[in-house]
Amino acid sequence: MSERLREKLNILADAAKYDVSCSSSGGNRKNDNKGLGNSHASGICHTYTEDGRCVSLLKILLTNHCIFDCAYCVSRKSNDITRAAFTVEEVVELTMNFYRRNYIEGLFLSSGIFKNADFTMERLLRIVKKLRLEERFNGYIHLKTIPGASEELIREAGMYADRMSINLEMPTESGLKLLAPEKTHQQVTQPLGFIKNQIVQFKEERKLIKSTPKFVSAGQSTQMVIGATPETDQEIMQTAALFYKDFSLKRVYYSGYIPISYDNRLPMIGSQPPLIRENRLYQTDWLMRFYGFHVNELLNDANPHLDIDIDPKLSWALRNLQHFPVDINVAAYKVILRIPGIGVTSAKKIVQARKFGKLRIDQLKKIGVAYNRAKYFIKCADSPYQLKDYQGSQIKSFIQAESQSKYLKYDTSQLILF
Amino acid sequence: MENYVFDGSFEGLLCAVFNWFERRPGQVKLQTEAVFQPDAFVPCLHIVNEREKADRVWKGLQASLSKATLRKFYCTYLSELEEGYTALFEFACYLFIEGAAIENNYGNAYVLALSKIAKKVEREKHRMEAFIRFQHNADGIYYCGIDPDFNVLPLIATHFKNRYADQQWIIYDLKRDYGLFYDLSKVEEINIDFNQWQKTTGIASAIVSEKEGLYALLWKDYFKSTNIQARKNTKLHVQHVPKRYWKYLTEKQFKQD
Ligand code: SF4
Repeated sequence: MSERLREKLNILADAAKYDVSCSSSGGNRKNDNKGLGNSHASGICHTYTEDGRCVSLLKILLTNHCIFDCAYCVSRKSNDITRAAFTVEEVVELTMNFYRRNYIEGLFLSSGIFKNADFTMERLLRIVKKLRLEERFNGYIHLKTIPGASEELIREAGMYADRMSINLEMPTESGLKLLAPEKTHQQVTQPLGFIKNQIVQFKEERKLIKSTPKFVSAGQSTQMVIGATPETDQEIMQTAALFYKDFSLKRVYYSGYIPISYDNRLPMIGSQPPLIRENRLYQTDWLMRFYGFHVNELLNDANPHLDIDIDPKLSWALRNLQHFPVDINVAAYKVILRIPGIGVTSAKKIVQARKFGKLRIDQLKKIGVAYNRAKYFIKCADSPYQLKDYQGSQIKSFIQAESQSKYLKYDTSQLILF
Repeated sequence: MENYVFDGSFEGLLCAVFNWFERRPGQVKLQTEAVFQPDAFVPCLHIVNEREKADRVWKGLQASLSKATLRKFYCTYLSELEEGYTALFEFACYLFIEGAAIENNYGNAYVLALSKIAKKVEREKHRMEAFIRFQHNADGIYYCGIDPDFNVLPLIATHFKNRYADQQWIIYDLKRDYGLFYDLSKVEEINIDFNQWQKTTGIASAIVSEKEGLYALLWKDYFKSTNIQARKNTKLHVQHVPKRYWKYLTEKQFKQD
């Protein structure tokens, strides 16, 4: 019995691992029924895989049987692999027992499509209902919407899930057509649009009737696979920006394609996943969401690709030297945020601290500003004044020389947030 | 220059501040009894703890600081670092001399120190919320032993109480030798007499519950299955999960099972 369960877990966790959209942030379920669990707005990463990704949820497929044959997917019909399926009870037991031991923040449940979309969606729904209603589980639940499932089922699932997502898979329609002829972006936008409208509607109702349940309270997200098809970074980020806007998504995830197939439409097995590119896309996404950048400022027809060797904020600054140097002691918060080497936290501290007097270089360093990077772009109380006459390319080489002596090249594969 | 020596308690620290304002001795150096080395040429004052004086200082702090800064103050205290105590003392004196508005003056060394030390403590608090791994024992209690760098139990009690409201649990600080026990209604401080079983982060195999082994095994399997070999990055992994915490982590235990 337990051997079979182990085997299933191995297969179905392995198949789910390529989905990166698994953070548990944005949950806000309180434990007020004396049940088990709650969820934090910020989420907790309980451990990290050996590749350095955070593990906060039990991320599994209900099954890896699938009637479709998407080329980029391990579970596709034509792939010769061992198949397995959990029962509803098994998923519930695993979730409860892992949660009780503080291994996880909750469940991320996705599935291959067996029989048809509704049949599959209905199982997912049974699992969340059992967790919430019978086990009084208040941990985080992220459900993958099954493309093509009926609105009835999606709506009901949304009453119990904290987040729902449905993957765009490929950033452009043509890319998707190439690898998954049966799928269209429209199949994704339709449920995203439906859920978005439901979220708005439930919120309105809650204003009038307090007892109205919350609906997908942590919002929706989507994921795009990067590097399997030849889209430019500009195309990718424009799609992302559009989806943020049209469907009020909480997150868009970018998943560097890891070759898993000999299909000749795809990069060969053994070729490196585009980790740095993926990192740059996340940085760009971050700049759009938290730093007030418009996608066109970062990527446009003149610059359709992100620089691999420097981060997108520095690269924007070097292309826009006319905005610099910025005087730290008078500039608006929003302007300070755009300076390379200064993140959200230091920008806030600067605005607070300068009320007490003009800030000097040593104070900026202590506040946490990456001064060696920022110095080309700022003026503070004791700045030497010859700095401003450098060319962009000169500044770039100074900064690179600095940072190469400090970090190994290798490190660029991690997410450095300015 | 004068040495102030206190007993390391929160009350003692606050009394030191009170005392300074009473006497205005100029520059002093605050130390705990644990590290204090008498010096024949420097006068030394042993701080006497008085509840009432401590309360007055605490009220003064509450009145002039934001909630966030008060929390930083408390966290810095829980760091148990000598330089943390000094920063708190100097910060409090600076605050009461200058008046309320200094708490965000990050240009000041002690304001900044508070912020930095508190951040370290908060980080470990957060890590404990993440890295605690309960084991289910045969009596039905979920147990975990920890030895954090800072004294974070007071900071994590509420989190675990809210989260695990329907199960009994114990979190034990092995280094400071006290723990928290939640009995389904309230959290209490306890001391365990470890004579009967080994003082470790986990519990003895003799008293774990029947299913414990299975779930630990499933979790280890899961941890292995989610790894993507093509993306392996050990440096990043260790940066997120420092080795000193590995002994708590079920997924890092590969003994003879
Ligand atoms: S429908 Fe989903 S599970 Fe099935 S092959 Fe396509 S991506 Fe994979």
